[in-house]
Amino acid sequence: MSTVEYPSIDWLAITPLIILLGGMLVTLVVAALTPVWRRGTYALATAVLVVPTVIVEMVLWNRIGHEGPVSIINDALSIDRFAILVWIAIAIAVALVSLSTAEYLRREDLDGPETYALYVCAALGGMIMASANDLIVLFLGLETLSIALYVLAASHRRRAESQESGLKYFVLGGFASAFFLYGIALLYGASGTTNISAMGEAFAGGVLTGNDDAMLLAGVALLLVGLAFKVAAAPFHFWTPDVYQGAPTPVTSFMASVGKLAAFAAMLRVLVVALGNRADDWRPVIWVLAVASVVIGSVLAVVQSDVKRMLAYSSISHAGFILIGVEAAGHGNADGVASSLLYLVLYGVLVIGSFTVVALVARTGDANTGVGAFRGLGRERPLLALAMTVFVLAQAGMPVTSGFIAKFSVIKAAADSESYAVAIVAMVASVIAAVLYLRIMINMWMADPESGDESREAVRVPLTAGVVVALGAAFTLFAGIFPGWLIDATRDAVLR
Amino acid sequence: MSILASGTHGGLAFPVLTALVLVPLIGAVLTAVSSNRRPEYTKLIALVSSVITGGFGLWMLASFETGDAGFQFVSKHQWIESWGIGWHLGVDGISLFLVVLTGVLFPLVIIGCDPHHDEKPYLAWLLLLEAGVMGSFLSLDLVLFFLFFEIVLVPMYFLIGGWGYDQRIYAATKFFLYTMVGSALMLVGIVTTALLARNDIGRLTFDLVEIAEQGNFAASTGRWLFFAFAIAFAVKVPLFPLHTWLPDAHTQAPTAGSVILAGVLLKLGTYGLLRFGVYLFPEAAVWSRSLFLTLAVIGIIWGAIAATMQTDLKRLVAYSSVAHLGFIVLGTFAFTREAIGGGVMQMINHGVSTGALFLLVGMIYERRHTRQIAELRGLQKVAPIFAAAFTVVMLSSIGVPGLNGFVGEFLVLIGSFSTARWWVVIGATGVILAALYLLWAYQRVFHGEPDEANSTFRELRLREGMVLLPFIGLIVFCGVYPKPMLDRIDPSVKSLLERVEEKSGFVAPDMVHVETHEGEG
Repeated sequence: MSTVEYPSIDWLAITPLIILLGGMLVTLVVAALTPVWRRGTYALATAVLVVPTVIVEMVLWNRIGHEGPVSIINDALSIDRFAILVWIAIAIAVALVSLSTAEYLRREDLDGPETYALYVCAALGGMIMASANDLIVLFLGLETLSIALYVLAASHRRRAESQESGLKYFVLGGFASAFFLYGIALLYGASGTTNISAMGEAFAGGVLTGNDDAMLLAGVALLLVGLAFKVAAAPFHFWTPDVYQGAPTPVTSFMASVGKLAAFAAMLRVLVVALGNRADDWRPVIWVLAVASVVIGSVLAVVQSDVKRMLAYSSISHAGFILIGVEAAGHGNADGVASSLLYLVLYGVLVIGSFTVVALVARTGDANTGVGAFRGLGRERPLLALAMTVFVLAQAGMPVTSGFIAKFSVIKAAADSESYAVAIVAMVASVIAAVLYLRIMINMWMADPESGDESREAVRVPLTAGVVVALGAAFTLFAGIFPGWLIDATRDAVLR
Repeated sequence: MSILASGTHGGLAFPVLTALVLVPLIGAVLTAVSSNRRPEYTKLIALVSSVITGGFGLWMLASFETGDAGFQFVSKHQWIESWGIGWHLGVDGISLFLVVLTGVLFPLVIIGCDPHHDEKPYLAWLLLLEAGVMGSFLSLDLVLFFLFFEIVLVPMYFLIGGWGYDQRIYAATKFFLYTMVGSALMLVGIVTTALLARNDIGRLTFDLVEIAEQGNFAASTGRWLFFAFAIAFAVKVPLFPLHTWLPDAHTQAPTAGSVILAGVLLKLGTYGLLRFGVYLFPEAAVWSRSLFLTLAVIGIIWGAIAATMQTDLKRLVAYSSVAHLGFIVLGTFAFTREAIGGGVMQMINHGVSTGALFLLVGMIYERRHTRQIAELRGLQKVAPIFAAAFTVVMLSSIGVPGLNGFVGEFLVLIGSFSTARWWVVIGATGVILAALYLLWAYQRVFHGEPDEANSTFRELRLREGMVLLPFIGLIVFCGVYPKPMLDRIDPSVKSLLERVEEKSGFVAPDMVHVETHEGEG
């Protein structure tokens, strides 16, 4: 008589996932059964949900420090510090985005629990991606994240742009997923396994037969197409400006923070753990993606007139910077992974802060996102304008902000791997991108008012969004002046 | 000896250099958060914090140990340990007077220049600028220096863009981008320098002194790295052909911005070339000297000719800066004690005299709302004291003996003659051209009979006079008795040159040799 063998489960390790999943389901059910909640309570409930999640994640971080990383559920999930750091970042991003969404939904008359449930659902997908130790599990996480994002992008029911954005993202995202899945199939063919760490061992031998080699290379290429699409790296970036512009602004901030975090975490794990021994094959590809992204992102950002599009293109250029760290990791440089992680975490906060300000300035209808909408913000809302100044200066890489630390860390990793060319190209591109940040600042502080400006709706700063902006700006400056703890944390989180 | 002199050379318990950076920074924050209802308090806070900073600067000058070539009042702490970045401040003869000048200039500018609107953010940006400039002159850690060097851009950008004239946004953006291109390359250079020096030192550190003393760069590597640094500084100086941002920035900036820009900000370039370029990569600096000497001489002549052609008084002064800074670069790359020492002194002189010129041009603009030379005439008749002040400052800028400009320029020319003769021969004509464009401008603006618009030109007021007095005092004092200044500058220059000779084999002939050399020729 044969019995089904169940894998033993390390329950503590998946507690963060359970808290978020359970919390989301309970919130949805209770909200469906009760009358509409008071203003802001859906967002608050989501933010509160994050607190125990982060606490458990910190406990796990400590446990890994003592007992080492574990691989759970039949090797499907790998609970190491790399995964936990990304989990913590994702959880905090969920809380921040939820708070910034609260009054937005009220203003747009869309309030309800669904948006928050979708945030949490997407975050779960992202967390699974960050810790997946099996390509199939990784794909499941990717789809969970993506499908939630497709719905979120289209969630502004009265804006055609939002619908368009959701549909575009869905169609193109479906394409990318297909590429990704095909890549998995070919890699399975080349290695005989879908497990990421087993794949790493399979490729450790070095010599593969000719046919397997072709299969491996094709698999890596297709996998990279899928991942590069998700991280919005050029030349797979064409969806980004349209989707970022059309999606409700807080959702855009969610895509740019959590979406990038999860996709880059997956990319790093696949490339470093599964294909680490094949770095010579994928590193040149990453090099090209990085250079293309920083240059195309920066140059096209400058010629935009819509702030959401500008930030979308600038996010492409930031993705290029993160790819520089990945490229350094391809040289076997542990600092490459650490610098990418550091960049992701710092950029996540920056982008949430920036888009929160954009959402406020967009005013009712979420349509006022031209750069002219920022005109006179310095007089009308000096503190909000000051916070936005901090965010854009940080994105430009000015010292004393977290943006400088982020850029410095990837440039250092690149120089350490003797990838000087890519470092120089990236720094020059960042000067080009500075034009766009200067344009936002000029409109906020220096532009003269134009006719019609007086009759515009005033920019209101509700408490919850104000808190997010203030926290974001404070963190940006704090991490710019005292980055030591974060640098050490990302170094501890390096994949081995 | 007084109490002040008792604790010199790092023994000073009070971290005066840290205070020089932090006091204006705290002042900026306090100014920014001060109440809108009491603007006079805002100004008082700004003034007091800049005066305290200036006081610390003078105190430091008084307790500076003359004859000591090394860094004094050193303050060294770990900052970002995992990357080997430290809070390392120190001052030597090369940076000493630049720090003091910064400390003196800001309070004068705060008293002497009126922003006309939004005084609170204006003062906050000014103080932040002071903190940045101080930090740049004092930093002995590459990343710390880069941080201050780059952060200076932000307040200057806002000062030009927010309080400047018609084309202010164009000028501010151009200034920001030009400087940022340079520093983008420098950042890669800094990181690479530290990573390569790691092999010699045994750990990653960005400490300037450690890298200079223990780092060993192959000649070809050193040259690449030198250029990564030098381009950033060449933009800042600005060296021909990277100077085109300067006339725009100067002309469009508010008076305070122009004074600070000319007075101390441009010196970040020449100072950086000495402190980081020549000190870290002596071999590369000697190797590329012909290039820099040539660009410097082109700058001298080009700046002078361009200044002659200007119709805008402020633009004229801006182009004269290009010429003057050319002399400093000429001195730097001549690699003799007199030339470099003269160059360092010329940095101060140019700061004082051009700063004062911009103040005076600003006063003319306040009265007449024009800077066009053609629209001004006969001011000497209606405002003789104003004209007298302008004359003294102008003569100092020309380099008339007895005033400060002469000492620096003369030292540069005589010091460079032995090692860069033909460059000096051409460059020296710049002295004559300076007399040409400044005297011609003076003649057009101040001589003749005032027409109707100029006949109501107001005489120098007491407050304006009080602001100008320290400038004129410095101009005369440094011109008549430059010894105390040179005594403090020289030891550091000498030790820098010894390092250049040791590392590159370049030996500058001393002055005795010059004569025999000439005899042969």
